[in-house]
Parts: sequence; structure tokens; C-alpha cells
Amino acid sequence: MAESGGSAPFIRIENVTKKFGTFAAVDNVSLDIGKGELFALLGGSGCGKTTLLRMLAGFEMPSAGRIFIDGQDMAGIAPYDRPVNMMFQSYALFPHMSVEKNVGYGLKHERNMTAGDRRDRVKQMLDLVKLTELAGRKPHQLSGGQRQRVALARALARQPKLLLLDEPLGALDKKLREHTQFEIMNIQDRTGITFVVVTHDQEEAMTLASRIAVMDRGVIRQVGTPTSIYEYPASKFVAGFIGSINMFEGKVTAATKGEVEADVPELGGKVLLASDAVAEKGAAITVAVRPEKIAISRARPKGGNAFPGTVKDLGYFGKDSLYRVKMASGTVVSVNSVNAIRVREDQRVAQWEDKVWLSFEPSSALLLTQ
Amino acid sequence: MPSWFNTWFNRDGWSKSIIAIPYFWLVFFFLIPFAIVVVMSFAERTATSPPVGFLPDFPYVTFENYGRLVGDWVYIRAYSTSIINAFMATILCLIVGYPMALGITRVNKSWRNILLMLVILPFWTSFLLRVYAWIGLMGSNSWFNKLLTAIVNSVLPADMAFRNIPMMNSNFAVVLVLVYSYLPFMILPLYANLEKLDTTLNEAAMDLGSRPWQVFKDVTLPLSIPGIIAGGLLVFIPASGELVIPSLVGNASDPMIGRVINDEFLTARHWPMASAVAVALLLLLVVPLMAYNHFEAKAQAGGKP
Ligand SMILES: Nc1ncnc2c1ncn2[C@@H]1O[C@H](COP(=O)(O)OP(=O)(O)OP(=O)(O)O)[C@@H](O)[C@H]1O
Ligand SMILES: [Mg+2]
Repeated sequence: MAESGGSAPFIRIENVTKKFGTFAAVDNVSLDIGKGELFALLGGSGCGKTTLLRMLAGFEMPSAGRIFIDGQDMAGIAPYDRPVNMMFQSYALFPHMSVEKNVGYGLKHERNMTAGDRRDRVKQMLDLVKLTELAGRKPHQLSGGQRQRVALARALARQPKLLLLDEPLGALDKKLREHTQFEIMNIQDRTGITFVVVTHDQEEAMTLASRIAVMDRGVIRQVGTPTSIYEYPASKFVAGFIGSINMFEGKVTAATKGEVEADVPELGGKVLLASDAVAEKGAAITVAVRPEKIAISRARPKGGNAFPGTVKDLGYFGKDSLYRVKMASGTVVSVNSVNAIRVREDQRVAQWEDKVWLSFEPSSALLLTQ
Repeated sequence: MPSWFNTWFNRDGWSKSIIAIPYFWLVFFFLIPFAIVVVMSFAERTATSPPVGFLPDFPYVTFENYGRLVGDWVYIRAYSTSIINAFMATILCLIVGYPMALGITRVNKSWRNILLMLVILPFWTSFLLRVYAWIGLMGSNSWFNKLLTAIVNSVLPADMAFRNIPMMNSNFAVVLVLVYSYLPFMILPLYANLEKLDTTLNEAAMDLGSRPWQVFKDVTLPLSIPGIIAGGLLVFIPASGELVIPSLVGNASDPMIGRVINDEFLTARHWPMASAVAVALLLLLVVPLMAYNHFEAKAQAGGKP
């Protein structure tokens, strides 16, 4: 992906593989990350996110491949010599040191700082994470969220060129999590430090990151901006991993430049897709449509891509409603519609067991081949 | 059984009975005997059996035994010999045992169990046998002594060379055998402590710029202080009252306090004096311990704003 800017990338991961025994936790991964990016590694449990991060920090050596940070080959460079700081999944605060000592720990290795400089920096960091009042406490006297902020301040204190965050918000409640997400984005904005954030929460990745890499079993499946990952997933795996999506098997019946017509028995008819993908007539494809891109109506809408079905389930969530509609083929389609106008229950678009029509724009449907 | 008993027993009688066992043990086998010893230390030696009696008039007790304790050079010297020997042994056990305990935590699981087995393996042969083995090793004609002599002579000028090194019947021998005998008591609590430490703390320190030695100094060492203290007490306390090792390999004219108690009790049949020596030894060991606990508790409570 060329979105990281024209000049040489800040981090270059070249064909990196990490094997534990014969098992490849990270399998031939190549990735470029630009300076000042907030980059997210997203993937399910055990897909190798932490392992990749630990290789950047220097705690694991790649079995094959090379890693460059700021143009420098990291092979054989110990963690304490890398311009990198890491915030650990478990925070790893020193239990015998006060908050202040924890935050200042990395600074004692900064030769060109005076004692006064160090004190100022610690104070500045504590201000940043709003922990000035708790400077004298030990980690066991803090709440989970406070500990997490100490860990963040400690990792930031040395002003590294690269900051690695391993599931930084995993232990926080929803509200504190959202608050801290904004804090992290703020800090990133002000300091210009390059961030690599590991998460298994796709919403978190979408909110935080300027770019996301989706990982699966040690392999990177797609890299892109949140929008491109969500709207233009390259594979069924990525489409299914990010948000929810309806997927139907089909066969191409006609293909012109920019437009593909496919027969989709599950929906009970022909589907028109706006797609640049080169599809040959007769090829098996997958048609994917996100629930919020499907319109639901009682009357048959004008135009193509309209299919009849029966409402089997209905969930009301306040700002939107979720319908589960059963098609003639038996396939169930999820539809998400925003409750843009206020109506009483009996005035809803559809009720249980109602016959409805589902429709979507040709440009809203995705054509996936893998 | 009366019904109130059944009710009580089912409610919390079980847990109370179980908790009571160690308390009974402590009372019957420690507190009461210790009280007897304390009382006896204020008595006089008599020609009766047992050879203990109190004064006929008020105040009935005598402080003469304790007076001798602080006035008589023999006792002061025995106490200092004991404390110095035990202290040396504790420090050496720590120096030898710490790297061993740390090493055991850094190998994989199956090796760990083998190494721990090796640490406690010496317990499977008789303690006395092992001390006798050391007597053999330290004797002037043993290979061990010859080896040491050769090493020492290799750094000394030729005209100062030793024929052999007189090791037996010295405090050196006592400390050597104390270290050998008590080393497992240092290693095991240290290992238990070090094994629990979270290794990601080491990684965090390294990530923040510390080299391995500094990581040890800043993280591992301070977090292992409870293990050092536990191991230190387990070595120091029994070593300072040790009787067998100094009797077998030590210098009879510079006895440790265990030997003095033994001699007072059996040879001189001065039970009150033996009791006073024992009580003073206990105070000598317990008071610093209680002071430590006190400050430790204070340090724990501190730090709160
Ligand atoms: N030291 C190790 N030895 C053997 N296997 C390991 C080791 N570390 C990790 N693995 C394996 O490598 C795989 C990837 O692990 P990793 O910790 O990178 O996952 P993750 O993506 O961070 O998962 P999570 O979201 O659960 O933290 C897992 O299957 C794990 O079992
Ligand atoms: Mg992980």
C-alpha cells in the first residue's frame, strides 16, 4: 500500500517469519509503516499480533526476514538499544516502585538529561495522563485504568521514535476505553510519534488507526485505511471479520467493463454489481452486502436488485433496527435500518411475518472471488 | 451428644478444632517449655535433683546468672563467635545460593525438577556422615587439602609456602561445614521467591533501556528481598545455635554458644545458667527479627497519600 507517503517507510518488515518449533506464529509478513502513523494490527486470538510486536521491540528474533526501523537493520540489536518503547498487554509496572519512579525509570539512561530535566519530564507525563495526584502511590494501590495510564506514561516518557501498544485498552470499561482512545489519538497528534497498536477489537482499530492490517493465522490478509478495509474488503475473511456482512454464492452471467451480472439462487434472481474486478462469464463468485446497505420496504421498489422475503426476527436498538429476513431459498438476510423518523410500534415498516422487499444499489454490493 | 454440642460443632466447630491443633502444639511444645526455661534461669543451682532451687526469702529469684552472662568474658566471646560464624555462613550461603536459585528458574521445566532434586539430595544421607566426610576432606593428608595448598602456594613466594593448610578445628572449618549443610535452606526459599517473579518485568526494564545487569539490580534483586530474608533466617537462626558442627570440626577453646549451653547443662549440671544462656540467645535472635517486622509493616503501610 502506498498510502504511507512517498519517502522511505519508517518501519519496514520484510518477509518476516517466526517459528516456534515447526509452528509459524508469523508467516512471511511484509509491511511498511510510515513516520507518524497510528497503525493497528487487528486479528483474532493467537494470530501472531503479539509475536510480531515482540519482534519489533527486540524480545523475539525473526526466524527469517528482516526488520528495519528508521532505516536501520534491527538484526542483532538488543531491546535496550532500540528507539522503541512498548506498553505491555499486562502493563508490567514495577510493583516496588511508586508511580513517579515507574514513569521516570527509562529516563535514568538518558545521559544528556539533568536531574531537573528528568523531574520535569516525569511531571509533564503525569500531567498528560492526569495522575499527578497519585505520583506517590505504588501500583497495587491503583485501579486498573490508572495502572494502564501509568504504563502509557512510562512508555511515552523517553519520547521514543516508535511506540508499541499491546491491547492497551483491553482492561477498561467502555466509557474509559473511549476516553483513552481519544487521549491516545491526541498524544499521537501532539508528539508525532509512530504508534503500532495491537487489538482484537475491530471497532477500536477503526476509531484509532490511520491504517489497519488484518491478520489471520500468522498472515496479513489486508492492509488499508479503515474505510477501505470496511468498504472494500479483499476477501471473504476480511469482509466477515470487520463488521457484519451478508454473503451469497453466485455465478457470473454477464460481464462488461465496470459491471457484472450474476445469478444468485439464494436471493432468487439476478444481481447487478458495479465492480472493477475482472470476472469471466460462468465464474463462481461471492456477492457480499453489508446489512446497513440494504433497504427494506413493503412495496416492490423500482429498479433492479430487489428480492422478496418474510420478516422472521426483529430487533429494536433505539437508533436503528435489525431485521432478519428469510428469502424464498431459505437463506436468512440481515438488514439494518436507521430509525430516521419517529414512529409508533404499529407503524413500523415491517412486523413479524410480514412480506417485504429487500433492495440495494449495484455499487453497494461487493464481488469477492477469494 | 447434647444438642448444643452438635449445633456448635456443625456451625464452626470443625474449623475451630482444626485451627486449634497448631495452637495446642505451640503452647505445649514451645510456650510451656520455654516458660519453664525462663523461670529456671532465675533460680540457683542446688545439690538436689533436679539441681534447681529458688531463694528461701523474698524476692525468691536471683539475677546472678544474667549477671555472669554479661560479666564473664567466656559467654560474651561464645556469643560473638556464634553470631560471627552464623553471619559469615549466611552471607556465603547467599553468595553461593542466589546464583544457583536464579539459574534454576531460568532453565526449562524438566531440568528445573532435576536441579531441585540435586539441591535436596544431600538430605538423603545422614547429616553426621556428611560432616565426617568433611573431616576427612579437611585433614592434612587429604587430596582436598593438598589441592588447596597447591593453589595457595602457587600465588605465594616460595619461602612462605605451606606444607599443608591447617583447616580442622578452626572457625574456618565451622563456617565451611555450616555453608555446606545449610545451603539448601537458602536455595529453596530463594527459588520459591524468584520463580514467582513476572519475567515481563525484566522485559519492561530492558525495553526502557536497562542492560541485563541493571535489570537484575533494579528489578530482580529488590523483588527477591523477601526470599533473601526468609533464606537468611532459615540459615542464620539454626546456625547460630548449632552444636554438632562446632563440636566435630570447631576449635574447642573458642566454642559457640550451643556448646556452652551443652556444657553448662550436662558437664557443670548448672541448669539455671544453661537456661539463662538459652534465653539470652533467643532474645538476641528474636529482637532484631521483631524490629525488622515492625519496620517492614511500617514500610508497607507507608506510600499511601
Ligand atoms: N514462546 C512461544 N512458544 C511457542 N508458541 C508460542 C510462543 N509464543 C506464542 N506462541 C504461539 O504463537 C501464536 C501467536 O501468539 P501471539 O501471542 O502472537 O498471539 P496474539 O495474536 O497476540 O493473540 P492474543 O490476541 O490472544 O494476545 C499462538 O498460537 C501461540 O500459541
Ligand atoms: Mg497478544
